[in-house]
Parts: sequence; structure tokens; C-alpha cells
Amino acid sequence: MQPFHYRRADSLDAAAQAAGASRGSRVEAPVQFVAGGTTLLDLMKIEVMRPATVIDINPLADRYGAIDATDRGLRLGALARMAQAADDPAVRRDYPVIAQTLDLAASQQLRNMATLGGNLLQRTRCPYFRDVSWTACNKRDPGSGCAALEGVNRKHAVLGVSEACIATYPGDFAQALVALDARLEIAGPQGRREIAAADLHRLPGETPNVETQLGPGELITSILVPAGAWTRRSLYLKVRDRESYDFALASAAVALELGDDDTVREARIALGGVATVPWRARAAEDALKGRRLDEAAAEAAAEAAFADAQIREHNAYKVDLGRRTLVRALLDAARLEIRT
Amino acid sequence: MTPDLFARPEGRSSPAASGLDRRSFLGAGACGAAVPLLGPVSADAQAAAPPDIRQPLDLTLTINGRDHRLALDARTTLLDALRERIGLTGTKKGCDQGQCGACTVLLDGTRVLSCLTLAAMAEGREVTTIEGLAGPDGTLHPMQQAFVDHDAFQCGYCTPGQILSAVACVNEGHANDPAQIREYMSGNLCRCAAYPNIVAAVEQAKAEMGA
Repeated sequence: MQPFHYRRADSLDAAAQAAGASRGSRVEAPVQFVAGGTTLLDLMKIEVMRPATVIDINPLADRYGAIDATDRGLRLGALARMAQAADDPAVRRDYPVIAQTLDLAASQQLRNMATLGGNLLQRTRCPYFRDVSWTACNKRDPGSGCAALEGVNRKHAVLGVSEACIATYPGDFAQALVALDARLEIAGPQGRREIAAADLHRLPGETPNVETQLGPGELITSILVPAGAWTRRSLYLKVRDRESYDFALASAAVALELGDDDTVREARIALGGVATVPWRARAAEDALKGRRLDEAAAEAAAEAAFADAQIREHNAYKVDLGRRTLVRALLDAARLEIRT
Repeated sequence: MTPDLFARPEGRSSPAASGLDRRSFLGAGACGAAVPLLGPVSADAQAAAPPDIRQPLDLTLTINGRDHRLALDARTTLLDALRERIGLTGTKKGCDQGQCGACTVLLDGTRVLSCLTLAAMAEGREVTTIEGLAGPDGTLHPMQQAFVDHDAFQCGYCTPGQILSAVACVNEGHANDPAQIREYMSGNLCRCAAYPNIVAAVEQAKAEMGA
């Protein structure tokens, strides 16, 4: 690990100003915020990240670490821990898809450490990104190429890929937020703003090193999830190599509002493990609307979701796995008993 | 203004500073006494000349109810501070990447990975390690005794992390049946695969811990 200055931020303004001259949340930014440390310290140990200054924002947790539920929706402080949100009774009852994305991620130790904001910004597990002995990685070193394109790419993405990067977005929680049209409150040197959770991550395109919309010194402070008739009939299905404590090979966050005879009024779908960013599957949603949710409808939606998939040598199975994961998630969600 | 949650506790007794703990006394003394206080970032912090990046941090860590004053490189993890500077080698270094759980300790009663926690981030919080579980007379914690009773280990390297994790698992209310125990203990790997015995030990200790 490279030497760094360690500082504690005692206010949001101080944190933003201290990081203001840096390059946002990019891998190469010389100033980085640390909260749980579960991504940053890991990547610093393996020298993928080499910040000169690390700003500890944990002192801000008393202002941005609460979870509040109202009739209008859910407000999650960005510094709330994953375990804290997963165990919240209102989250579990009214937004099961959120609780499940948290329950099924990492281990309890990591969930006790990692914050919600930090979890959204978790960096890819692409082995070529994580091993600096591979010189070709456009995320680490723009313009250097992508070793994964012709490498071992069994776990890489099939949706949202480019010729510059096929690294999979590794998280789970973000899929729930994207499906539920959550918004993010952001604070920074230029003041405060609000964006859609779906707009946080950028497709890799030709600049996979620019992973998010966060500008220099900007911090996510709160996550806002609007209430909706579909949030209770929601779930997260995660398929992985081992049944616990692993990243998704394919996953689906699903929220449904059903009318009489299982007719789909609203369907919210986001996919994980298969895409470069948290992936809202709007084509699948459109394929379901107004239809009775049976197996044929679910399969048509899954077909639409992966219509634009681009496979590589070792990850063709993800298209089939992703489709089947979505079909099962939709049918399971339709069968949920909802207590009112 | 948000108060600094990690404000330095004033006037606390420090066995290390008073020379009672030889290892941490030597550790702190070797780096000299004149280390700067760790200040919060303030708006005018950037105007001041940056201090030497290799200047150690002056930290007080509270481990098993006892304060240890240390001068540590900012890069020092809680795991390395425990093992290499304070001499509490019960906490084990497995992968050192947050993937195996061998380094699990309790921070304010909550289980965390000490390999991905900077020592500086643990200041002002209560750290509990395997050395802090037994009673003052040496009576084993019910979880320690249950691991002995059920032969819940083979080589024993993962055991301190397993036990701390299991204590927290029970206290969280996540030890209600074998399936739940397995799920909530999945962050602690055992290469000897003593898993069935670990589950049995957690069930026994849960009954005795009154959880």
C-alpha cells in the first residue's frame, strides 16, 4: 500500500472542499473518501488505487446514517450500514427487494462495515482490473486496452458492453434502487443536486475509467425510494457459483403491480451480474404490461431483456442463465402472498 | 456542525502510556513522543503546508477494555496493529483481503473484518478480540466452551474469527436454526471443513447465552 495522508471530515463542506481538486470518484483520483473501507482498502492493498489522501467520512454518519420510512417513501442515509438497512422492519415489510439485495450480498461482517453509498460505488471484480500485473485495463489506465476481451471472461458482462470494457458491475443493492426509480441526493463543492439512481453509473463506452456521474468532491448523502403499489410484491433472485457469500452470475430485481387475473399493471425489472452497470430492463417491462403474467409472458419478457446481449468466448451461458433467472423471479413474484 | 464522533477521549487511563504494557510502550516510544494530533479536515486545511506523509499518527485504541497509545503509520490496519504492535496474536491473518473472516473482531459489539479496517478508523471504539472473551478468572465464554465440546475445528487457524463471528451471530438474533446459522456464518471460511461441528457449537452456545 502506498503511503497516504489520513484525515477525518467533521462536516460535509469540509469533506467536499478537501476533495474538491481531485478527479471525482475515479480510480486514479488522488483524494478518496473512505466509509466502510471494504472496497477502497482492498484495492489500495493490491495497488489498484493509490490515493495520496484518504478522507474518513464516518464522523458524518450521525447526520447521514438514518433510515426513515413514510407514506411517501423511504429515505436511506448514505452512511447507513448495509446490515442496518437489511434489518430495518419497514424495509423488510414494504420493500423486500431492497432487504434481499442486502441480505444476499457479501458476509455479515462486510455488511456491518459497508455503507449504502459506498456499496453503490463498489468497483468491479474483473480480475484484469484487480491485478496490476496486467497492463491492459482501460478502467485503470485509459487507452491501454482490455485484457478481458480475449481473456478468461466467464464472469464478464453481456449487456452494456463496449470494445473498451466488459467488466461486470458487481453490486446487488443498486439493482433494487434502479428498479424502484430511486433518486440520490448528492452534495459537493458546487452545492447539492439530485439525480436518478439509474443515472449514477455510466456505460463504459470509450471511457470506462469514468464510472459514475459524481463530480470532484461529490458525495452521495441520501437515497430516496418512492412508495408504490409494486414495492411489496418485489423480490431479488441471485444466482451464483456458491449459494452464499459470492457475487452474482445473474440476478433479477423484480417489483410488480398485478390487477385481476394476474394482469400486469406495472413491472419494474433490473438485472445484475450480466451488465456493466445496474441494468434496467425496460424492454422486458414493456413486453409484460397489460399481459397476464404466466410462463409464456415471463419468457417473452426475458427474451426481450437479452435481445441485445453480446457474448464473448466464455460467457455465452449468461444469456440463458439470465433469461431463466428473470423468468423464475417474475413467476415467484407473481405468486407472493401480499398482506395488506 | 457535525461533532467529531471520533474525538479523542480525554483523561482516560492508558496502561501503555504509563508503561504497564511493554509491547505497546516500546512500539509507541520507538517513534518518539512528538507526533501531531490527528485533526479533522477544516475549510482552511489546504492552505497549511502538508505534513510529512510518513509522519505516524498518534492513536489510542481501546482493546478488550484497555487503552493502548500507539504511533502508527496511516496504512496500518487494525489487524496489524493488534498482532504486530500490541501483541494480541489471537486474531489471525488469513487472506488479508476481506474474503476469509479469520481476522473477525467486534467493534462496539458488531463483527467486522480487522484486515479492511484502518487502525485509525477504530479509534474511540471498543475493540473485542478473542483474548477478551474469557472471564477474568479464565472461565471460557460459552461460545469458546461450545467449540471445545463439539470439536468445532481441526487446525484451529480460523477458530478465533469463527468464535467472534458466532458470538455476534447469536447476539444479532441470526442463530435461530441451522440454515440461518450457516447463512450468517458464511463469511468465515474453514478449510478443514469443520462446518457441521461449528453449527452444533453455535446452537449449544446460543442456548447458554440466553439469546
